[in-house]
Amino acid sequence: MSSTALQHESAHLHVSGRATYTDDIAEVAGTLHAAFGLSAHAHARVLAMDFTAVRTMPGVVDVITAADIPGPNQIGVIFHDEPLFAAGVVEHIGQPLFAVVATSHELARKAARAAKVHYEPLPHVVSARVAKANNSSVAPSRDLRRGDAEAAIAQAPHQVQGSIAIGGQEHFYLESQAAYAVPREDGTLWIHSSTQHPSEMQQLTAKLLNMAAKDVVVECRRMGGGFGGKESQSHFFALTAGLFAMRLQRPVKCRPDRDDDFMLTGKRHAFEIDYRAGFDGNGVLQATHYDHIMQCGYSADYSPAVGDRAVFHADSAYFVPASRCTSFRAKTNTQSATAFRGFGGPQGMLGIEMALDDMAYHLGRDPLDVRLANLYGVDERNITAYGSTIEGNVLPQIVTQLVQSSDYRKRRAALRAWNRTSPIVKKGIALTPVIFGVSFGATHLNQGGALVQVYADGSVLVNHGGTEMGQGLHTKVLQVVAQELGLPMGAVRISATDTGKVPNTPSTAASSGADLNCMAAWAACQTLKARLAPLVALKLGIDAAAVAFKAGRVGDATRSMSFAEVTQSAFMAQISLSATGFYRVPDIGYDFATMQGKPFYYFAFGAAVSEVMIDTLTGESKVTRVDILHDVGTSLNPVLDRGQIEGAFVQGMGWLTTEELVWDASGRLRTHAPSTYKIPVASDVPADFRVELFEAPNVADTIYKSKAVGEPPFMLALSVFFALRDAIAAMTDYRKAPKLDAPATAERILMAVESLRDA
Amino acid sequence: MSNSTQTATTGVRFYRRGAWHSLDGITPTRTVLQYLREDCGHTGTKEGCAEGDCGACTVIVSDVRAGEPRHQAVNSCIALVPALHGKALTTVEDLADANGALHPVQQAMVDCHASQCGFCTPGFVMALYELYQLHAGKAVPTRQQINDALAGNLCRCTGYRPIVDAAVQMFAQRESAEHIARRSNTIKALQGNARKSVAVLDSPAGRWFAPHKLTELLRCVAHHPDARIVAGTTDVGLWITKQLRTFGKLVSVAEVAELRQVRVSRKAVSLGAAVTWSEALPHLVQHFPAMAELLRRFASPLIRNSATVGGNLANGSPIGDSMPAFIALGAQIELARWDLQRGVMEKRSMPLEDFYLAYQKTALRTSEVVTGVRVPILAADTHFRTYKISKRFDQDISAVAAGIAWRMQQGRITSARIAFGGMAATPKRAMGCEASLVGQVLNQATITRAQAALEADFAPLSDMRASADYRRVVARNLLQRAYLEATGVSAPSLHAGVHA
Repeated sequence: MSSTALQHESAHLHVSGRATYTDDIAEVAGTLHAAFGLSAHAHARVLAMDFTAVRTMPGVVDVITAADIPGPNQIGVIFHDEPLFAAGVVEHIGQPLFAVVATSHELARKAARAAKVHYEPLPHVVSARVAKANNSSVAPSRDLRRGDAEAAIAQAPHQVQGSIAIGGQEHFYLESQAAYAVPREDGTLWIHSSTQHPSEMQQLTAKLLNMAAKDVVVECRRMGGGFGGKESQSHFFALTAGLFAMRLQRPVKCRPDRDDDFMLTGKRHAFEIDYRAGFDGNGVLQATHYDHIMQCGYSADYSPAVGDRAVFHADSAYFVPASRCTSFRAKTNTQSATAFRGFGGPQGMLGIEMALDDMAYHLGRDPLDVRLANLYGVDERNITAYGSTIEGNVLPQIVTQLVQSSDYRKRRAALRAWNRTSPIVKKGIALTPVIFGVSFGATHLNQGGALVQVYADGSVLVNHGGTEMGQGLHTKVLQVVAQELGLPMGAVRISATDTGKVPNTPSTAASSGADLNCMAAWAACQTLKARLAPLVALKLGIDAAAVAFKAGRVGDATRSMSFAEVTQSAFMAQISLSATGFYRVPDIGYDFATMQGKPFYYFAFGAAVSEVMIDTLTGESKVTRVDILHDVGTSLNPVLDRGQIEGAFVQGMGWLTTEELVWDASGRLRTHAPSTYKIPVASDVPADFRVELFEAPNVADTIYKSKAVGEPPFMLALSVFFALRDAIAAMTDYRKAPKLDAPATAERILMAVESLRDA
Repeated sequence: MSNSTQTATTGVRFYRRGAWHSLDGITPTRTVLQYLREDCGHTGTKEGCAEGDCGACTVIVSDVRAGEPRHQAVNSCIALVPALHGKALTTVEDLADANGALHPVQQAMVDCHASQCGFCTPGFVMALYELYQLHAGKAVPTRQQINDALAGNLCRCTGYRPIVDAAVQMFAQRESAEHIARRSNTIKALQGNARKSVAVLDSPAGRWFAPHKLTELLRCVAHHPDARIVAGTTDVGLWITKQLRTFGKLVSVAEVAELRQVRVSRKAVSLGAAVTWSEALPHLVQHFPAMAELLRRFASPLIRNSATVGGNLANGSPIGDSMPAFIALGAQIELARWDLQRGVMEKRSMPLEDFYLAYQKTALRTSEVVTGVRVPILAADTHFRTYKISKRFDQDISAVAAGIAWRMQQGRITSARIAFGGMAATPKRAMGCEASLVGQVLNQATITRAQAALEADFAPLSDMRASADYRRVVARNLLQRAYLEATGVSAPSLHAGVHA
């Protein structure tokens, strides 16, 4: 397919300012604007809230608190432990206490600050480790064991142990959260929201408003970025807008200022990982042990599932005969940590990569060789700790190919020689692999739905359960429908995701958007074709089995009619031209209690080599070259897939370098806007950035044998972290493994360098 | 509000989409972004942060300076509507032809697959539009020039590679005749407006005065000591959008002719307070090449197109980027006020370091205004370096900023001026460190002693940008780096394109 045909379906709208986001929808006359009142304490009893001043502020129409919610004040997505508005007790700075609605966004924000809230402070905890010591958690702990890891570590010829603190990450979707709720006739409600999870939003809205799902429609045309941050976190805004809208019977918009978004919404989980490994003289692992401590914030949100994925991926791409991984879900008085691209996978993988790196220093070997010695095998050594087989393992091929194409060995030797002559600037290089399991951990979520409507004029309107957040999902679904019906892309349109069209959908998450929704759309197309083929056969006098849909024509090699003629004929013949499609992922399932079985339908593989430089006087660093080889199965759209790989890598690089969340002793997040929270900019991207797709058909039966690409490449950025560690280790001529936490900011790098100066 | 003898226009008048628009009742603190999105319903321009740090709100403001048209990309989220007076405003919706044909910048973004979620895209398009105007028909910009031009625009989806590709590819296509005609009509309209009027807003919503003469400015400030003085509003804009502060009276220095001058003599570079950092940059880089990296990393180009020299100095932030360098250079800050009793202008100047008294407290007296800064040209035997250390290389606030200068005569250091930002409550000289250097031979032993003295000069704080320890170690190491660079020892910067 030509590059133009692969273009994002909205590209022409994006560049001309004509793509409509939630806050861009033309407002209905009388629209009001909501703003939150946020907790000023990390943990406190709320003794009284006085809204006298709020109500007299210009433009104010209404104020609501927990008491004004008709149904349960409960928005927890796994456990029922999270209120929409704090009632009685606040548990983090930034937690919503109340909301104000006024005639403008600005007036609502001003009014919200006029409330007088009386608190009785209670002891608060910011550190996950302290919370663990207090045995304070938001969800039960996990303990996945294979064999007797303790004994195997003790008996191994060599051991390493260490710990790493891994920072969280703010999503920093460029479009802040936003929702617009408009009451409709007879007690119904329409919500347009920037959300990855319209169905859950619909259900929660109905629950909190004592309505039925049939009375609430949630719609989303597109998001200005999501990354996991607009699954559960989008609910705060839609529910608040919905509550006001129904209460006042007026349209209400709720979109937070960027700082409020930072203060209120959850982020990627910070982890602390204590690790130990036992291995032989060749660097082959005999056993590993990890203790994960997760900073979950004040409520569970998706933390149990995030923690489970971290446990599943604790062995990353490596076979470990005996292992144990515990996971503690610490309750802290911070924002409730949530889904974020990778969903615990990145943190889990950092643990074993640290151990392997330490082993390489311990043995005086190239970390790459230690990694190679432990990779999952293709036919053996390919069973994970959770009892799954790594099927279709192309990682050894990918790594071999990448080592060659990146010229890793030669470059490593060259930069080590260079380092010996460069007292101030040091270079480092590292290769890290990725194996990422694709499927929702909660098995029932692995389903998708679509509605394909063909009009009598031959044009096609598609709707499906997935949401568009920039990843190009709508483009991929369009491609599948166009391909199946033999039409040009221009003949097909995708309408906004809409709970009124396709119901009961999962969140667009877990990289599954294309897998689920393309398959559902494909299924709908098969239904339509099966209905149309006999009609065409009859009209043309050909065999129904030979009818094909190609290049706008329908028929066989000899006789055909245009698609529009077919649809017109079908209409006249009273044949339905609309079909739903449904897809459930087959062959998966596992025992939740023992964490054994097959949680993932298939795996995506990849590897990256990063080269960096550090300044040992300041700790500043720069990524100078990156080589990536990443598996996308048979790519549905190489342009979009490359975009996902590059974008995920740079986002991962930000997580591990400049993006630092800092809470002060009072529990206040001090990095709450782009002025203080630094995501990568153009100059941070390696000038030499080589990205190749590894195309081999998926062994699983996915749409056109493609693979998911949303999350897996995020973890390619681990190579940056270990390249930095390699550069720091040059200070001791690689005799000592540097202590380095993430993100590796200039400060952490310099402090690591300083600690090695006299070593 | 005016005591002006000049012709005052009531209201704000600016050019957009082929016509002059007049707004007379607008609240002076209304941002250009609020005006576009909320008042006009033109939602192509996006709000990403409302603090000038993400660039999603980028628009082009055109004016004619010294006869030359300029098309500058600025952050509309913190630009105030009255500042558009006499200028032209162009947004992302205004670039395509009437038939929908995209501008080369837009087409290149599409062709390079440079948008994913698309929310940052309008801002990138407008930042690239300025770059296109600067380079069209000339050499295609280098990767570094492109990175610099995009330093104020954040994208969270693409990883930037395709955007950078688009920034190269856009030059392969020429603008349409329609687009060129539209821009030339805009320029003609701006030139026709050369006999400039003074914008005055005086309504219950607030008062705004933007005089063109220094005496007018000073008299106005003297009569209205409660008025907030503004220039590019790159800081005051945040007081409005983030702190939700209201201002009944604002006086803009941005249009005062005397304050917009750059004067270069053999002895000094003098910058008027209303000179923007974009305007100041080439002059400073020419005369103080050691400031080049600091200046290209000063905020973002979008901010530098609005922010002024006077604003940065008067603001008195302990982490302002320009002050340590200027203090090391021995710059004098120039101040003026109007004596109402005597009816005369009072001018004074002082060493820049003396201007900063305490945290966010300066030596400015009531009704006194910063009019400029005079930066002496360095003696030839001076070793001068500036450094900026931040979490992110581009568009970040310094954890530590340094200006280091010493003079060598007959093998000895005869004078030293060393100043740091981020190390104290104000930009501050390292007096002990300076004293330990003076009279010494330049060698490692001297530097080691100076580093010890430096430790005693400062007691930095820990915050979200850096710990006190890091600041101390970095400050010490920057002195080391200055020494290494003075002695020609290889100490390459990461960002100067070092290759093995």
